Amino acid sequence: MGEAWQVLTFDLAGETFALEAGHVREVLDLMPETAVPGAAPFVSAVINFRGRVIPLADLRLAFEMGKGAATIDSRVVVIEYELDGAPALIGLRADKVHEVTTIEMSETEDVPRVGLRWRTDFIRRLAKRDGDLIVVPDLDQIFTTRGGARGAVVPLTTA
Amino acid sequence: MSEADPVETFRQEAQDLLEQIEQGLLDLAHRPGDKALVDAVFRGLHTLKGSGAMFGFDALAAFTHHCETAFDRVRKGQAPATPELVAAVLAAQDHMRALAEGRDAPDSAGQALLNRLQRAVDGAGESPAAIPEGPPLNRFAIRFSLPADALANGTRPLPLIDELRELGECQVTAITDQVPPLEALNPTDCHLAWEVFLATEHSRSAIEDVFIFVIDDMTLEIEEVVSGLSDESEPEPEPELELASPPTAEASPASAPGEPVAESKAARSSETVRVPAERLDELMDRVGELVIAQSRLKQVAAGSIDPNLRAVSEEIERLASELRDTMMVVRMVPIAQLFGRFRRLIHDLARDTGKSIELSTEGETTELDKTVIERLADPLVHLIRNAADHGLEAPEQRLAAGKAATGQIRLAARQSGAEVIITITDDGRGVDRARVRAKAEENGLIAPGAVLSDGELLQLIFHPGFSTASAITNLSGRGVGMDVVKRTIEGLRGAIEMTSEPGKGSEISLRIPLTLAIIDGLMVRVGQGRYVIPLAAVEECVELSAEQDVRSTGRSLITLRDQLVPFIRLREQFKTGTSPDPHQKVVVVATGQERVGLVVDQILGDHQTVIKSLSSFHDDVEVFSGATILGDGGVALILDVAHLVASGQRQDAQQLRAAG
Repeated sequence: MGEAWQVLTFDLAGETFALEAGHVREVLDLMPETAVPGAAPFVSAVINFRGRVIPLADLRLAFEMGKGAATIDSRVVVIEYELDGAPALIGLRADKVHEVTTIEMSETEDVPRVGLRWRTDFIRRLAKRDGDLIVVPDLDQIFTTRGGARGAVVPLTTA
Repeated sequence: MSEADPVETFRQEAQDLLEQIEQGLLDLAHRPGDKALVDAVFRGLHTLKGSGAMFGFDALAAFTHHCETAFDRVRKGQAPATPELVAAVLAAQDHMRALAEGRDAPDSAGQALLNRLQRAVDGAGESPAAIPEGPPLNRFAIRFSLPADALANGTRPLPLIDELRELGECQVTAITDQVPPLEALNPTDCHLAWEVFLATEHSRSAIEDVFIFVIDDMTLEIEEVVSGLSDESEPEPEPELELASPPTAEASPASAPGEPVAESKAARSSETVRVPAERLDELMDRVGELVIAQSRLKQVAAGSIDPNLRAVSEEIERLASELRDTMMVVRMVPIAQLFGRFRRLIHDLARDTGKSIELSTEGETTELDKTVIERLADPLVHLIRNAADHGLEAPEQRLAAGKAATGQIRLAARQSGAEVIITITDDGRGVDRARVRAKAEENGLIAPGAVLSDGELLQLIFHPGFSTASAITNLSGRGVGMDVVKRTIEGLRGAIEMTSEPGKGSEISLRIPLTLAIIDGLMVRVGQGRYVIPLAAVEECVELSAEQDVRSTGRSLITLRDQLVPFIRLREQFKTGTSPDPHQKVVVVATGQERVGLVVDQILGDHQTVIKSLSSFHDDVEVFSGATILGDGGVALILDVAHLVASGQRQDAQQLRAAG
């Protein structure tokens, strides 16, 4: 029960998100990016991360928040994540990066079926803290569907 | 880890040895009298046996021992290297390979192979005028001593003496002069020397052969003891002549009978270092990053007035480019390595198809990136199989068509700019157009009666699921085929092309970039983005005049020296949303015979590029084959020319259809 997550919290379009700190490699200032014509909007660009070309993904598009303008607080969170069976470096856009913190499992709850604006299969857990809601996204699901770019997922259970 | 695993090391060594043995055997089939080849094969077998036993591959060692014994007779001139013998040893060699890889190889199979080998040797030994029976005996006085550390290094004197005993009657005396007093004695050192009186029917070279593997470090004196009936017993002069260095007099220890050139060559080639390919790749990455950092430095220096900074920058530029060139060379291996494997393939194919096939190769010294060579192996095997199975006719048919009974398959490689062109040519029946068409219509690849150019018709062969073999044979025609070959070649950023003349044969040519790691590119600007076009594919750059631009809006075709070339407006393809530059350029790129123009806003110049692959997120974006990092730290995408050309041709075909 005492299980706890070390997470990095950041903002996207006014909501707070959290990523497991173990995945996070580095937080970067915004840098020049190169658009990849024809790619899914969710991963529409690549960046140069220490001599490697890595994709830059925008979680906002997975959560249908729309693109936001870059601000002085905008950052890129570089994570190391298994992508189609091989470890890959991926940059994630963030409007603002907060801190590394611990979320107790007891603070979190399952994703409610209704009442959310977002695709529930993209969310792993929800955590409450100081009256705020922290979203822990399900990166596996988001990445395999390329942020939902390949059409909406039809739920298997219909009743 | 794996690299330190002695068993794995042995396996790799065994692979190399077996390959050497195989090459030797195949050469031997053509030049049965070549003694250097016989020796090379024998040495290979012997080394394999020795190191096999050392690493606990006892079955392998035992089996190889028998082959070695059989081959030893060839070496001693007691049996000629007949085709049957070569075939038997080749078959045996497969068994060794299985044993070395630790695969399940039943003993019975091994025994059968050995029996076959024995028959081949026996049969061979008797047929030609055999060595006259009971030649007069030669008498030799042999003195030899081993270096002090010989025992520690694994040399054992006893088997050497035993081998001498096999040659004839021996009297062996140990010479103990050099043995130090007990208190000074190092028990692991070898202090003994031996004196052997040998009466044998063999010549001096047979004795020298006993010491063949230790001769470099030891001292050996062989003296012929002239006896009464010696006049005729002068050993056969031939081996004497070959080993010109040791005359009848004592060979001094310093100039111990040197082996002929072959041996010293072997010694030299062993001065290579085995490096895991990943380490080379890592090194290549670092070099690539260095080149990028260097070009940033160059930009900084160009904006500075400090002459020292400029000098250092130029120095580093020179060093970095030399380092990159060296690195490229390190990764290059001659294509002979690849071609060598196919000789065995042809040998087996000839056996399986009952056809007589001759393989000739050309340009074996052409070098290619190691990774590329490895990835070329499978497609080439497939193409050669196809040529042998579908291309070449049976001997009777060939004779009926007025050709030589033996079919020719030619493998040639040559470098052309930043590409290597590999051609596979056969002199068989050529592609049956009618059958290709029928098959394509049957599979719904083309509409019945569709008008196709000859080139387009031949291209159908590379279409997925296309196979003209009416009977499925062991060799080819399993439906996975040319399309897989094509995909692999394209995966290497290469191109495949076929020409065929009915009744005369076919030729398939592969154009492969020299390396996967670095390309020379032409950097262009489209809208705000910078892109790199592989320079090897660029034919020319022309200006797209405003007039042409307007005229060609309906049909995207330009006239280039009386030829219509379809073009693609990259600005539209990439949806840049920018307005075109006033002076747009057309970069004409080609793969093989097909050309397409790419309309860009600006040509920025050539750029040597380290290729970075894109993540699997961008697998579906086929227009780009990779990305590269520019001097200013930005990223430019590399265009996949083969894909663009294909889509350009498609678009062209659609337009033609729409037009008429």
